[in-house]
Amino acid sequence: MQTIDLEDQGLRALNETLQSQDSDTNQTEWLVTNPRGSHAIAVGLDAPIDVTIKGSTGYYCGGMNKQASITVDGSAGPGVAENMMSGKIVIEGDASQYAGATGRGGLLVIKGNASSRCGISMKGINIVVHGNIGHMSAFMAQSGTLVVCGDAGDALGDSLYEARLFVRGSVKSLGADCIKKDMRPEHIELLRGLLEEAGSDARPEDFTRYGSARKLYHFDIDNAGAY
Amino acid sequence: MCGIVGLFLKDASLQTELGSMLTDMLVTMSDRGPDSAGIAIYGDQAGSGKNGNTPTDIAKITLQSATPDTDFDGLEAALSKMLASKISLQSRDTHAVLALPRDMIDAARTLLADMRPNIRVMSTGETIEIYKEVGLPRDVAHRFAIPAMTGTHGIGHTRMATESAVTTMGAHPFSTGADQCLVHNGSLSNHNSLRRKLIRDGISFETDNDSEVAAAYLTNQMNRGASLGEALESGLDDLDGFYTFVVGTRDGFGVVRDPIACKPAVMAETDRYVAFGSEYRALVNLPDIDAARVWEPEPATVYFWTH
Repeated sequence: MQTIDLEDQGLRALNETLQSQDSDTNQTEWLVTNPRGSHAIAVGLDAPIDVTIKGSTGYYCGGMNKQASITVDGSAGPGVAENMMSGKIVIEGDASQYAGATGRGGLLVIKGNASSRCGISMKGINIVVHGNIGHMSAFMAQSGTLVVCGDAGDALGDSLYEARLFVRGSVKSLGADCIKKDMRPEHIELLRGLLEEAGSDARPEDFTRYGSARKLYHFDIDNAGAY
Repeated sequence: MCGIVGLFLKDASLQTELGSMLTDMLVTMSDRGPDSAGIAIYGDQAGSGKNGNTPTDIAKITLQSATPDTDFDGLEAALSKMLASKISLQSRDTHAVLALPRDMIDAARTLLADMRPNIRVMSTGETIEIYKEVGLPRDVAHRFAIPAMTGTHGIGHTRMATESAVTTMGAHPFSTGADQCLVHNGSLSNHNSLRRKLIRDGISFETDNDSEVAAAYLTNQMNRGASLGEALESGLDDLDGFYTFVVGTRDGFGVVRDPIACKPAVMAETDRYVAFGSEYRALVNLPDIDAARVWEPEPATVYFWTH
């Protein structure tokens, strides 16, 4: 296990060290201490390494992650896992605004609650939130899956494209063009796999699926009321 | 951007550290807005234990001048003579705190405007003092020796100006009523129309700043009998734009965010304090922060605490 004290080493040295690990590195376990809410911790990683951050992080932790597995043993500030490409990021506490925004792949797990705009414009990432999510989540989400074991706030899935949304609890309101859909066997299977990978014991059968009504893809005067 | 910090102490034994804790929090937020900074401190009651007055008879006015050497020179004696009362003045760099009988505040302000027209009033009240200037939080805090200040609660702000010029008067906190102050991260879109309405209600303004309108709006509501919590609730209907506000009164401390809530906010609470930061970074040095309840205030939800 390699340990980096962020207070001692500074952010640039930390990120340069983590980013310079090769795909076949034998230094696969990293511990980052004293994050103290700093911004841009462990961004741009591209190696199959495990990074644990002991404490809470600020803006954009784990942004653009590829391959790496990152655990925040605390809460995460705005934009955690922004534009993640692959790998896995686990937040043991809560996540602030726009968690997983524009993510293209990989799995983001938030064990507490996520606040507003979770999964905004997601493009292939899978996000599992053990708690609740705030308003405007999955806004313009294009693909990937957002799973919420708790409740969702206002305007869920506004202007949604092809992302799949599953919510176990209540939804305060649905956004424009987002509708409730039937759970088919393939959705139960998808959900079962994601919940298991995210360490949740929730039952897939208890979730409701939401998706796009597909009225806003192209401007059509007959759909003017839906905009 | 803009950075906000706030600290409301429940444990009186922390009061001697209020200034140093708030300064540390605010300096951490410097990169959210480096053009000006300010702090409101709810400190000792003016004149407590002096002159045989009961403390509530005495109030404070915090003054500011760009030319303090000439403006504050002889002011104590001149005001004492003209008001026929013992007025004390304590200067700190570009600011000075007057302690005077509470019923002479209006008369003193009229005299000041006449005698020393370059002096600006930062705040009036029993316990509030406001210090603000152009510059980085660390420099502003040390100019006024904020770290040595004691008090029950305080609010700090570091500004990245968007809606009015970078001047001392455009810096936060804004105070528009006795012992009241407000800091703001965001921008209001209906401040001009609201300012016109408030002027018709008899409120006067010092600046063209949007945040001053929010402060004046809350003052106007509280003048009409609303509590801090009720004033913040009605603000959710009447203030249009982006905002995270932190507000102080003589005994209270409030937080509200607009319904979109894109301006960041983190709160922490323990048995000893309630703290606010634009980011968690601002809170990391607070006592027992690892054991605190830390949360993000909900959109369009009023939070307030009173002593």
